[in-house]
Amino acid sequence: MNAIRVSWLFFKVGVLNELQYRVNFVVQLFQSAIALVVGLLVLALVYSHTDELNGWSQSELLCLLGIQILMGGAIKVSVQPNMMRLIDEVRDGKLDHALTKPEDAQVLVSVREVRIWQVVDFVTGLAVLGVGLSRITTDVGALDALAFGAALVLGAAMIYCFWLAIATGAFWVVNMWHVADLFDGVFQTGRWPIGIYPGWLRYSVTFLVPVAFAVTVPAQAVTSRLQWQTLVLATLFAVALFAFTRWFWRFGLRRYSGASA
Amino acid sequence: MSVGAEAAPRREAGRLRSMADLYLTTMRLAVQQQFQYRTANYFWMLGMVAEPVIYLVVWTTIADQQGGSVNGLTAGYFAAYYIVWTLVRNMNIVFGAPFWEERIREGELNKDLLRPVLPLHYDIAFFAGWKVVVIVLWIPIAIGLSLVFDPTLDPRPAEIAVFAVAIWGAYLIRTMFQEALGMLCFWTTRGAAIFDLWMTTELLLSGRLVPLPLMPDWVQDVSRFLPFQWAFFFPIETLVGDLSDEELLRGLGAQLLWTLIGLAIFRVAWKHAIKRYSAVGG
Repeated sequence: MNAIRVSWLFFKVGVLNELQYRVNFVVQLFQSAIALVVGLLVLALVYSHTDELNGWSQSELLCLLGIQILMGGAIKVSVQPNMMRLIDEVRDGKLDHALTKPEDAQVLVSVREVRIWQVVDFVTGLAVLGVGLSRITTDVGALDALAFGAALVLGAAMIYCFWLAIATGAFWVVNMWHVADLFDGVFQTGRWPIGIYPGWLRYSVTFLVPVAFAVTVPAQAVTSRLQWQTLVLATLFAVALFAFTRWFWRFGLRRYSGASA
Repeated sequence: MSVGAEAAPRREAGRLRSMADLYLTTMRLAVQQQFQYRTANYFWMLGMVAEPVIYLVVWTTIADQQGGSVNGLTAGYFAAYYIVWTLVRNMNIVFGAPFWEERIREGELNKDLLRPVLPLHYDIAFFAGWKVVVIVLWIPIAIGLSLVFDPTLDPRPAEIAVFAVAIWGAYLIRTMFQEALGMLCFWTTRGAAIFDLWMTTELLLSGRLVPLPLMPDWVQDVSRFLPFQWAFFFPIETLVGDLSDEELLRGLGAQLLWTLIGLAIFRVAWKHAIKRYSAVGG
């Protein structure tokens, strides 16, 4: 309970801090617009040469694109900036500041940063998803919507776990942000149906980097192709991953000896 | 009078020699420095592989769905295209326009201006040296990708020779235009918007996104009159495509032309920009 109150407080302060820099909003708007235009052009280009890709129509892929942008926005608002800061602080010893506080350290390192302007991506993604849904002929039932929400939350949790595991790696390897750099590229795989990738890549972006769980599974829910087994698997995997990350984080923390002090 | 006339060519020769020396030394320094950071370089290059692999898988899927080819391009062609892509993309990494902002803001430029030659020379030489490291590191990546994706690659010796030249042509074109674009930083601190627009145009018209024949005809027509494809599509096509000797030579000519145009724009912009510069920090 206390954790939620602390998170909310950090969120408020972070937002107030970011709101000072209003021009950044325009900059973000511009960048999101460019990214969106490119995404839509690529989609148009692909579907000018074919009617369906691995069984997905253009409108369905539009939903997928929307969810990928939305999830990307959510990651950049909170997960990524917090984890990048963690990697930096392990290196230069500033993590001491977080560890000496009476709150759970994992909660603290996960909520300190907020990049509120990235919300633009989140909203853009929602809009794209909305347009995509309006063009799909099959109806999205209440059960689908519920599954969609659940899949989205589970996916976000898994992405968070992935990032925390990578950031925890910084206790052993100094140059961890190179690995972090890889994420942006790999996350782009989420723009296409997971079925088109060769097996080794499909498994990698499902279980190694959980892009498929974060983007494809929610998209399967809104396009009525989700099987309940997938959702069960997602839940089990999310729980397992969270438990593992929690253990790994504590294990790594024992290696931390502080560098500044 | 006659002494001066004799001294001039000798001075010119000396200048050329010291310039060559500057280039070689800077390149050697870059090679040594970047080999130290080979792990960092590797992660960075591996990160870049995700992009072409995604494009490759998408277009291969479409080709397979349509009985083997899209617009006459086969799955093997796509594999070859996007594997060679990874090298050309790396050759396209130059001293980018956004770095000019840092150079000015941090006062780095003060130091550069004290040197007797333009910063441009250092940039070209340093990144060229870096490329040598990149090419060496690229070979295992190319072998790995070839084993996974089965490319169709059957170049003639002339095509291989032109490719070896054309990747450096691509490097020079991109360098000139990025440096010229970077001059905007002398006027504004918000160049990023323009750089983003430029990069996006580049992405669409250079062949980075898809082989240009997949683009609508009018896009291909437009891109014919722009520098982008000569720094990306053309070098790939020399190796992967089926160009005649005449087309190969014409392509190299276009690369030379665009390099000179970029250089001219840079020189003019630099002349005006440097008058506006007043040292900050340093």
